[in-house]
Amino acid sequence: MNFRWITKSVIVAAALIASCAQASLEIIITEGVDSARPVAIVPFAFVGATKPNQDIGQIVSADLMRSGKFNPINAMRMPQQPQNSSQFNAAAWDRTGVEAVVMGTIKEVGMDRYTISYELVDVVKAKGGVGQPMMNAAGRIVGGSNHILHASEITITGKQFRQYAHRMSDVIYEKLTGERGAFSTKIAYVLVRDRQEYRYQLVVADYDGENEQVLLRAKEPLMSPSWSPDGTKLAYVTFERKQSQIYIQDVYTARRSILTSFKGINGSPVWSPDGRKMAMTLSKDGNSEIYVMDIASKALTKVAPHRAIDVEPTWAPDGKSILFSSERGGRPQLYSVELGSNQVSRVTFEGEMNLAGKYTPNGQAIVMVNRTNGQYNIARMDRTTKFMQVLTRTYLDESPSIAPNGSMIIYSTLHGSNTQVLALVSMDGRFKARLPATNGRVKSPAWSPFL
Amino acid sequence: MNLNKVLKGLLVAVPVLTLAACSSNNETDAGDANANANQAVVADQGLSDAEQLRQQLEALRQQNTIYFDFDKSDIRSEFASVLDAHAAFLRARTTISVTIEGHTDARGTPEYNIALGERRGQSVQKYLENLGVAAGQMSVVSYGEEKPVDAGNTEESFAKNRRAVLVY
Repeated sequence: MNFRWITKSVIVAAALIASCAQASLEIIITEGVDSARPVAIVPFAFVGATKPNQDIGQIVSADLMRSGKFNPINAMRMPQQPQNSSQFNAAAWDRTGVEAVVMGTIKEVGMDRYTISYELVDVVKAKGGVGQPMMNAAGRIVGGSNHILHASEITITGKQFRQYAHRMSDVIYEKLTGERGAFSTKIAYVLVRDRQEYRYQLVVADYDGENEQVLLRAKEPLMSPSWSPDGTKLAYVTFERKQSQIYIQDVYTARRSILTSFKGINGSPVWSPDGRKMAMTLSKDGNSEIYVMDIASKALTKVAPHRAIDVEPTWAPDGKSILFSSERGGRPQLYSVELGSNQVSRVTFEGEMNLAGKYTPNGQAIVMVNRTNGQYNIARMDRTTKFMQVLTRTYLDESPSIAPNGSMIIYSTLHGSNTQVLALVSMDGRFKARLPATNGRVKSPAWSPFL
Repeated sequence: MNLNKVLKGLLVAVPVLTLAACSSNNETDAGDANANANQAVVADQGLSDAEQLRQQLEALRQQNTIYFDFDKSDIRSEFASVLDAHAAFLRARTTISVTIEGHTDARGTPEYNIALGERRGQSVQKYLENLGVAAGQMSVVSYGEEKPVDAGNTEESFAKNRRAVLVY
């Protein structure tokens, strides 16, 4: 197994990143994947006087490693450090088993202006074959450029380095897997600092915990942040007025407006895929029920009413049905309701209870909190085969939220004696990481859509 | 018989009786209940209404928490006497209202626990209503698992967090 060194290098990388910004989260990989594909991110050559403090290669490496699909090799194991594909020695790289190499340069071209160019090279294609580029005796490639999977050049400011590095990761990930990268996304979460007066904070950060931005500080609990499909707004529940209320807040202007303040529960707001409606839990008539609200007119429709507890609505990707948790069969299980016909069907049967169901972006599976033998873990059920797989072994898992490309689930769990932390698990359960907070408890993560 | 007059006369006496009754139900709580009862008796000795109210509230706040079994929202019989005392007070003081906070332990999802906490608050509300307290005097707010009194993760901590609290 080779994930021990991965863990080590990620801790180092995370420590470096954490020291650059005042992030309160860092990512620690707890379980790597043996079959992760070896790739190389050659340290970028720098030409100029003032080097920006963000290391692009380091950020891309960390992104790819955290996807669970790639294993960026240590710079010491690289046979050479080419700055572009013309310096690339395919024969030397072929011997390392590395599948793809990223190389590039950063040129200072003005006051806080940098030109970044990079190339992504496929080692197998570079090595040659029918219709492939040829190597000369020195191992250099002559003719053909099929092996260059991507080449790009851009001029940006030092401040944009992180963001651009994540964009690079998106491109590299997509070129190598065929699936869109989700490294330029954000997460919203609730941070609880018990000793502070305003102990509840609604925070938005990059998916890796960087660039933390506090949207709201409150003395009373904040819950259930949910992203608008365009990624500009969050809906959430606040108890600032000593009762639950649902607010919508703009992530960029921080301006907010109240959506509901009914008697009883105002809970779990979730935007419809078209952004026009909000599913929610209300108990204004005395019992916790699922509702759909037209956001513009605030008109409410009660969905699948039942005298048992109904909570946690979530939309099917096509917006035509809603998945929710209900006690109508005894213990809480997941049910689906067709919005046109109001036809209700039970979705889960395995385990003592299933809660907080979420569709994967392609709609083929459902991720949920499953309780089996008293243990609360994140599970995934294939909708066709009904096969249920428990993905985690952590303690008291809750609030699963899926990356917009469906590759990863972020959730809240207990670590150590009583610290609530965020954790990541890949959709196949093989890759696991923890995002401990340096100060406070973290809960209710919500992964943004593609931004 | 003028019921209102009787009730006013019992303003102080009722909590005393019911808290004292608590001692017959539950041996271990006897000491506490007697202490509260004594406080309330003292309150009867020619104090102003405001001072009496203050002392009554203080006594009620000593026993304002109802605990629940895991995943349950029904009232355990051991809390009958506590709720009787609150009901008697609220019946006598119809201008006073109470907020019933429902809470859960950390198991289950936050959103489900909001519903479970509300069920707990509602079963306290229903219990008090059955004892004659006006619905308009009570409101329920559920905090689910968001406001634990004990942040630990042992069964002991969980038991302390599964509660409804009567807040005046």
